[in-house]
Amino acid sequence: MSERKIRILLAKPGLDGHDRGAKVLARAFRDAGFEVIYTGCHQTPEQIVGAALQEDVDMVGLSCLSGAHTYLFPAVTKLLKEQEADDITVVGGGIIPDFDMQAMYDAGLKAIFTPGATLDSICDWIRENIKPRE
Amino acid sequence: MFTPEVLEQSKTMKSKWEDEVKKIVAKNADQKPKWTTVSDLEIKRLYGPDDIKDMDFAKDIGYPGQYPFLRGNQATGYRGKYWTFRMFSGMGSAAETNARWHYLLQSGQTGLSTAFDFPTLMGYDTDAPKARGECGKCGVAIDTIEDFQTLIKGIPLAKISTSMTINPPATILWAMYCASAQMAGIGLDEIAGTIQNDMLKEFIAQKTLMCPPDPSVKLISDTVEFGTKYVPKWNTISISGYHIREAGATAVQELAFTLRDGMEYVEDVIKRKGLHVDQFAPRLSFFFNSHIDFFEEIAKLRAARRIWAKAMRERYNSQDQRSWWMRFHTQTAGCSLTAQQPYNNVIRTATEALAAVLGGTQSLHTNSLDEVLCLPSEHAVQIALRTQQIIAEETGVVNTIDPLAGSYFIEALTNEMEEKAWDYIHKIDEMGGMVAAIERGFPQMEISDAAYQFQKQIDSCEKIMIGVNKYNTEDKVEIPFLEIDETTERDQIERLQAVKRKRDSRHVAECLKEIKGACEKGENVMPYCIEAVKALATVQEICDVYREVYGEYRDPGIY
Repeated sequence: MSERKIRILLAKPGLDGHDRGAKVLARAFRDAGFEVIYTGCHQTPEQIVGAALQEDVDMVGLSCLSGAHTYLFPAVTKLLKEQEADDITVVGGGIIPDFDMQAMYDAGLKAIFTPGATLDSICDWIRENIKPRE
Repeated sequence: MFTPEVLEQSKTMKSKWEDEVKKIVAKNADQKPKWTTVSDLEIKRLYGPDDIKDMDFAKDIGYPGQYPFLRGNQATGYRGKYWTFRMFSGMGSAAETNARWHYLLQSGQTGLSTAFDFPTLMGYDTDAPKARGECGKCGVAIDTIEDFQTLIKGIPLAKISTSMTINPPATILWAMYCASAQMAGIGLDEIAGTIQNDMLKEFIAQKTLMCPPDPSVKLISDTVEFGTKYVPKWNTISISGYHIREAGATAVQELAFTLRDGMEYVEDVIKRKGLHVDQFAPRLSFFFNSHIDFFEEIAKLRAARRIWAKAMRERYNSQDQRSWWMRFHTQTAGCSLTAQQPYNNVIRTATEALAAVLGGTQSLHTNSLDEVLCLPSEHAVQIALRTQQIIAEETGVVNTIDPLAGSYFIEALTNEMEEKAWDYIHKIDEMGGMVAAIERGFPQMEISDAAYQFQKQIDSCEKIMIGVNKYNTEDKVEIPFLEIDETTERDQIERLQAVKRKRDSRHVAECLKEIKGACEKGENVMPYCIEAVKALATVQEICDVYREVYGEYRDPGIY
């Protein structure tokens, strides 16, 4: 039996509509052989966690360019923990200033990809760090 | 354009030049095989008379202030008046933004432009669960007319024109502006400004969403009708390509989708409101991006004017020259800026601003070097504004109108942009119009393809961004970072609650009921919105009525 593909939920939490990065990544992930679920803009943390559980994903990628990541990213990891689903890896991207990085890692995010990260470098990180769950 | 003798001479000389090029390239190959614009449009090594030989001077080029307006709307160019220096700004509370506005006006800015925060843009109040964490982050937070009056404090409404980048709740924010003017004893016929109010590009690109496409267009037609009747100096729509481009579109896609959006609005107002095209078309305005590819942008802006003039005259039988004018604002491209080596952004913005001016813009925002990272600091905004002032008052490019006209390359590229844009416009016509095209995801997919293609070209270094994939440096440049702290949200919620405590709730409820009735009967909502905001109804309370009657649109997440 072939190995299960890595399943990724790409999500845009909050009211931010800057979805160019998320959509480009969705295509890159698909071309890299991952399974991608992209739920569109304006998702609440509750909707994101609900989708992650329902779709049984291995990783959640959050994208935020509005500055609201300080509230929204930790809200997602907290809810996952409450649902005992914190084995799902959460990563983030967007406009995340250096001085917010530590708070994001402290909140449980495993990686933050900022401007300049190439599509290949992000896909490589995923291959190295995410194993499809049984 | 040329006599047969000249074309014959050109042919002989061209063939000699081509032989020479072949010989040299055989020994020293070009640096790369294909030379393209940032939009991946292939550019030739040289352009000559044969590239524009089929142009008809009178029909295709002409003079400024004359059909087809390729060379500009104004017969006097920039000599009578420069473009409006209009810096887009808004952050934190209304009081903070008001202070920034006064600073900008003192620095020589000549028009205002408002950035609202995401809750305001999407029609939520600051205390809504969905708004948490967003207050004041990407613009100013406005919940009620009291915030609005703080925002415009000390601004002479009858003298300064104000642009507001607001889309789903445009009726409400415009109602606040109208009501504030009335309350200050200023007539609606005296105020001037613009509301962006272009929902089609929201579905295509920017994604501040509320109701489905058809009722969204209805609300826009309400504002066009109200403006035509009562607020004659207001641009009730700014048909925007800016966000389409930022989402990853090519220059041609930006041009085509924006103009086709404009045609959709024209058709809706004629059909739904029964107005004649020349009653409202002179107040339609446009908004373009000026990206880093210098000549492509100049050609795009010139082509835009010519396409619009032709469309108004030939497609809609407009008789009034003022309807044929495409008046537009331009903003330099946020997506061309880099977080890496941010001071390089000053040079990018200056180049893009110069292209906008050579393309004949009527109004301009220049991005600040830090806008890729945060809301601009005062110092960064000043450099951006000075960039415009240097172009206007030092470089001499304003001395003569449309200085690049007649260039073989510029005219050929302008023609090419126009032809390719018409191809898209006709394709969308065949789909049944822009709303139908959006519903089948057509413009969204075209842009998504272009954005992915561009990113792959950056990653493979086929296209270069300095500091990103070439000449990278490890050392980080520290720039001052403007941060909006959590107290902004707390204070704004307190202000909102104070307003809710003191207002006459029964009167608010009646006003909201009136708006609901207007929506259900298909009446114009504007007069009811003005009354509601005067009664201190909030942005969200009115938007909730729209959402209830028209339904809520959710981003389908097409990629």
